[in-house]
Amino acid sequence: MTSSSPAHGLALGACIAVLAGCATQGPAPLYMWEAFPRQQYDALLGVGYNPEGQIRLLEAHAEKARGANAALPPGFRAHLGMLQLGAGNVDQARELWRAEMTVFPESAVYMDQLLRRLDAPAKSTKTENPG
Amino acid sequence: MTLPRQACLAAVAGVALLGGCATQAPSYDYSAFLRAKPVTLLVMPPVNESPDIKATPSVWAQATRPLSEAGYYVLPITLVDETFRQNGVSSANDAQDIAYSKLRDFFGADAAVYIRVKQYGTTYAVVVSDTRVAVEARIVDLRSGELLWEGKAVASSAEQQQQQQGGLVGLMLAAVIMQIVGTATDAAFNYAGIADARLLGAPRVNGILPGPRSPLYGQIPTGR
Repeated sequence: MTSSSPAHGLALGACIAVLAGCATQGPAPLYMWEAFPRQQYDALLGVGYNPEGQIRLLEAHAEKARGANAALPPGFRAHLGMLQLGAGNVDQARELWRAEMTVFPESAVYMDQLLRRLDAPAKSTKTENPG
Repeated sequence: MTLPRQACLAAVAGVALLGGCATQAPSYDYSAFLRAKPVTLLVMPPVNESPDIKATPSVWAQATRPLSEAGYYVLPITLVDETFRQNGVSSANDAQDIAYSKLRDFFGADAAVYIRVKQYGTTYAVVVSDTRVAVEARIVDLRSGELLWEGKAVASSAEQQQQQQGGLVGLMLAAVIMQIVGTATDAAFNYAGIADARLLGAPRVNGILPGPRSPLYGQIPTGR
């Protein structure tokens, strides 16, 4: 179908690499994202969704960020806290929601609401995760 | 080293030219945005006008990244979803009808991002199939109800073919897009990522202003 030589391909590759270099000279990313958007998507879809597996993935992500001295994105700790709550780990959920508030004080009003509900479950509508 | 440098310069000149073309559109009036100075954003569940029910979760999940990288705090959407459900709000349309003051009090958000998905998914045809995501957004101040910003964006797999005729920059974009498609099992989700980045990323000409966590905070994106 095509008759392009390997040399042609190499030149093209070099060109793309150079251009990519030019294009990425904007500000560096603020956060390490990994597959976090995909994980939020999976959680919203809820199909064949496995909280324990998601928790492991997010903990590996957090470990990687620590190793690279990179910041975790807004909502990461809050989302992990929700998964921990779903898995029955109330203390970990509380700790993570407090951590979200410490790192991002902008979340304080909402995290306070969630923590208040967690600590005073008057009419608890239990969120049970089937499967 | 001189050859790549020349290529680079040529590419930059090309981008500058293209940028020049793009700025002929009237520049955005940021006066309300500049007055409001939002910090915390609540992205509402997107209203879906496409036939694909995955459009809402997909476009919603992809919105956090560009807005966070633009320098805003984005409230965690999976928890926001849970909160709405627990309060009997089960559709994006219902959620988008909630009074601004309620949203502000409960979530502590300065502004809400209202998204509409105009097109989502893959249309299969004999010669080419096209995966396309088209989105629109409005950012509203939850204190005053004032519109701070609005915009729209599209991402499509058809760009690949068009851009291959568009010189070196086009080649680069095509390569990036092909790579994304190559790793995709759910192609439209990836195009939602591109569309949301074009819609809500900063700095972009006529795009949202960089937020307080951005090193570009206080700068208005201009087209040189």
